Amino acid sequence: MPSTEAARECPTPMNDIRDALLVARDSQHGLIRRPVSPHIGIYRWPITMVASILNRATGIALSAGSLLLVWWLVAAASGPQEFATVQAFIASPIGLLMLLGWTASLFYHLFGGIRHLLWDAGTGFAKPSLNPVSWLVLALTFVATVLVWFAGYMALGV
Amino acid sequence: MAHKLEKIVVMRSQLGRVRGTGAAHSGAHHWKAERVTAIALVPLTVWFVIAVLSHLGAEQPAIAAWAGRPWNAALLLALIAMTFHHMQLGLQVVWEDYIHGSMRRDAAILATKGACLLLGLIAAVAVLKLATVAH
Repeated sequence: MPSTEAARECPTPMNDIRDALLVARDSQHGLIRRPVSPHIGIYRWPITMVASILNRATGIALSAGSLLLVWWLVAAASGPQEFATVQAFIASPIGLLMLLGWTASLFYHLFGGIRHLLWDAGTGFAKPSLNPVSWLVLALTFVATVLVWFAGYMALGV
Repeated sequence: MAHKLEKIVVMRSQLGRVRGTGAAHSGAHHWKAERVTAIALVPLTVWFVIAVLSHLGAEQPAIAAWAGRPWNAALLLALIAMTFHHMQLGLQVVWEDYIHGSMRRDAAILATKGACLLLGLIAAVAVLKLATVAH
């Protein structure tokens, strides 16, 4: 029977139907296990994948954060009391957390955006530079966020 | 480059080739606008972050006076216009990727356009108010 022969020479275990369905023959008629597409649940994320989805995620976060910017400007144009309300909200724990997320998102989207613009200009697509530049964007985001918050901490003296 | 390029036969009218938009009836406008607004936002964002940092803890009169100066008001207006245009273009791509069904997708895109326009206008009116009032 061909199936028992296949099972004997098969390079991969065939414990269930899924395993069996993954067995195929290559161009030399040898048995192989079919390659599977990179499913997020079982696939180790390359840093480029992280960098790509973070650019979109931070863009969405900044869209939400733009409400804070509009509120801040409107309050500044409305008067001291309204402005004090916004400042109090920003200084509250949840406000500070939002501002921290907004700062990090802004810097990530800024540096990641420059990375995209360089790609659009036709540079930086070579394989050796893709991974280091992805890490560089993350590192710059961390450094810039820490620097800005440290500067704020020093300026306010709290 | 030794080999000569062969003449390519294109079965399209001259006008169609010049327009270069094919069956979609629109070209790279969205893509280009997203990039142009991104380029503008790089210096504007850096300026805004530095400006905010140098006004930490300031009271409303100081902020209002700062935002009301012509240079600052103009840069704020540019920041607002570029931010909300870029935001609309970016969110549109997200909806196009994840929302299936043209009715719901188009509704989301239209709602985003309306929201971005309104938010941008509100912010711009606030800046213009600060710029036109004597401090």
